[in-house]
Amino acid sequence: MARAVSTNRKIGFTVAAWVVALLIFFPILYTIITSFKSETEAIAGFSLIPSGTLESYAEVQAQSNYFKFFLNSVIIAVGSTILALLIAIPAAWSMAFSPTKRTKDVLMWMLSTKMMPAVAVLVPIYLIFRDTGLLDSHIGLTVMLMLINLPIVVWMLYTYFREIPGEILEAARMDGASLWGEIVYVLTPMAVPGIASTMLLNIILAWNESFWTIRLTTTNAAPLTAFIASFSSPQGLFWAKLSAASTLAIAPILIMGWFSQRQLVRGLTFGAVK
Amino acid sequence: MGNINLKKVSKSFGATTIIPNIDLEIEDGEFVVFVGPSGCGKSTLLRLIAGLEDTTSGTIDIDGRDVTGEAPAKRRLAMVFQSYALYPHMSVYKNIAFPLKMAGDDPAVIDKKVKDAARVLNLTNYLERRPGQLSGGQRQRVAIGRAIVRQPSAFLFDEPLSNLDAALRGTMRLEISELHHQLKTTMIYVTHDQVEAMTMADKIVVLNAGNIEQVGSPMDLYKTPKNLFVAGFIGSPKMNLINGAAAAKHGATTIGVRPEHLAISTTSGEWKAMVGVAEHLGSDTFLHVHADDVGSLTVRADGEIGVRHGETIFLTPSATKIHRFGTDGRAM
Repeated sequence: MARAVSTNRKIGFTVAAWVVALLIFFPILYTIITSFKSETEAIAGFSLIPSGTLESYAEVQAQSNYFKFFLNSVIIAVGSTILALLIAIPAAWSMAFSPTKRTKDVLMWMLSTKMMPAVAVLVPIYLIFRDTGLLDSHIGLTVMLMLINLPIVVWMLYTYFREIPGEILEAARMDGASLWGEIVYVLTPMAVPGIASTMLLNIILAWNESFWTIRLTTTNAAPLTAFIASFSSPQGLFWAKLSAASTLAIAPILIMGWFSQRQLVRGLTFGAVK
Repeated sequence: MGNINLKKVSKSFGATTIIPNIDLEIEDGEFVVFVGPSGCGKSTLLRLIAGLEDTTSGTIDIDGRDVTGEAPAKRRLAMVFQSYALYPHMSVYKNIAFPLKMAGDDPAVIDKKVKDAARVLNLTNYLERRPGQLSGGQRQRVAIGRAIVRQPSAFLFDEPLSNLDAALRGTMRLEISELHHQLKTTMIYVTHDQVEAMTMADKIVVLNAGNIEQVGSPMDLYKTPKNLFVAGFIGSPKMNLINGAAAAKHGATTIGVRPEHLAISTTSGEWKAMVGVAEHLGSDTFLHVHADDVGSLTVRADGEIGVRHGETIFLTPSATKIHRFGTDGRAM
C-alpha cells in the first residue's frame, strides 16, 4: 500500500515537473515554430504546425546583417564577463578570506544595487555616456554590462571561495607563496568549477540584457537584443520575422547553455544545501 | 638551526585574551609538544610562531633573528596541518614540489629533492596520484613530504594525527619520531592527546587557558607535576586526586595517587573499596572502585587479576609516590 502511494506520488511529481517545464519552454518553442511560418500564417491564429518556409529568415538576413549583431553580442557578453571576473576574483577573495566586520554589509549593499529599477538611472547614465562619447561603443556597453552583473559575480565567487578551506591557503603561505602566488597557483585552480559556472551565467545574463543594450546603442555596437527590437517596427508587427530574429538571437546562447548545463546547474545550486 | 625564543608573547582577539603573556625557549633539534585541553591556546601559539597570526605584543626570535613582523614564508618554517591541507588539484609530486617551486629552485634540483622525499616516505609509487586518491595515512605523509623538502629550520605540526584511526595514529607516531631522529631538526607538535605528548616529546609544554602550567621532560611531568592541572592532565588513566580527611592525614589539601601506585589486597589495606567496572585490556586491568571516605578511584591492576563487580578490596597507596598539593593547587 505504502509503495502504491509512493508510486502515485512519483508519477504526480513527474507530471508536474513536465507541466512546469513545458510552461516555461512553450513561448520559446512557439517562437521557433512561428519563425518557420509565412507572415499570413503567423497572424492567422494558433497553430503548432508551420509550413516550414524559410522566407522569414531570408528576409531578416536581407534586412539587417545578423552576423554583425552576433559579433557585437559576443564582444559585449564575453568582454563584460572577463572584465567582471578580473575585478570580482580579488574582491571575492578578500571578502572570503579576510573578512572584516563590514564584509556582510558590503555584500548586501552590492546586491541592493540590483534591486534598483534600471530606468531610475537611465537619464544620468545616458547623459554620462553621451558626454564621454561612449554611446553606441563596444567599450561603453562592455563596461556597463560588467557593472550591472558585477554584484552577482562577486556574490557567486564569494560563496565558492568560502567553500575552500582556509588551511590550504595557509599551507601555501607557509610554503612560501606570495599573495599573487596564492591566488594564481592555489585559489584559482581550486575555484575553476565555480569560476566557470559564474562565467557561463554571466555570459547568459549579458547576452540577454536588453534594457541598456537597446538604449545605449544605435547601429555600431548594437547586439542581438537590438537586432530583435528592430523588427518590431513602426510599420506594424511582423510576427514571423520577429520570431525568426528572436530564434537567431537565442540560438547561440541556447546551444552554449545546452552543452554546459551540468556546470550551470551545479553553479546555481552551489552552497544552497548545506 | 632551529632555536625559537618567545619573549612576553601575548595574543588577543578583540577583548578576548587567548594567550596572556608567554616566555618560552625551544632549543635547536628539540621535539617539543604543546599539550592541553581544547581551547587552551596551543594551536594559536603554534600559529603565532608560524606567522599565520600576528602577535598582540612580545617578540618571537628564530635563530636569534627577530621574526615577529615577518611573513610566514620568510620564517623558514614548515607546517603540517590537521586537515593535511594538500592542494587537491595537484598531483602528489606537484604538492611536494610546490614549496621548492615557490622558492624558485632549478627543476632538476626540485626533481631530485621530491624523489628523495618520496623515497623516505614510501610515496614513490603514488607520485602521479591526486590527494583525493590517497588514504588518510598517505595524505599525511604527503603533507610531511611537502614540509621536509625545503629543509626548514623547524617543523610545526598542528594535531596532525587526529583525523587518523587509532591503529594508523600509532604507526604515524612512530614514523614522525623516527623522522625526528633522522633529521634532527626542531619540531613543535601540538596535540590534545597526552599519550602522543608522552611518547614523542623531548620536552612537553602543558598549556591551560593560554598559560604555561609546566615545561619539562615527559618523565619530569609525570613524576613531579607542579600543580593539580598538570597532575590531572598527564598520565593515562588519570591520577586519582583525593581531598578531605585522607589528604589531611598527609598534611595536604589534596593528594594525588597514580592508578599504578595503589597496592591491592583482598584482606587488609588503608582504604576499603567496592569494585565497580573492571576494564580488561589484557596486559592490565583498570578497576574503577568506590572507596569509603575517599571517593571514586581508578586502579591499575595486573591483567590476570580475578576481582569481580561488587567485590570488596583494600587499597594502599605507595607512601613514596603520593603527590601532595596545597590550598592553591600547587605541589608542596
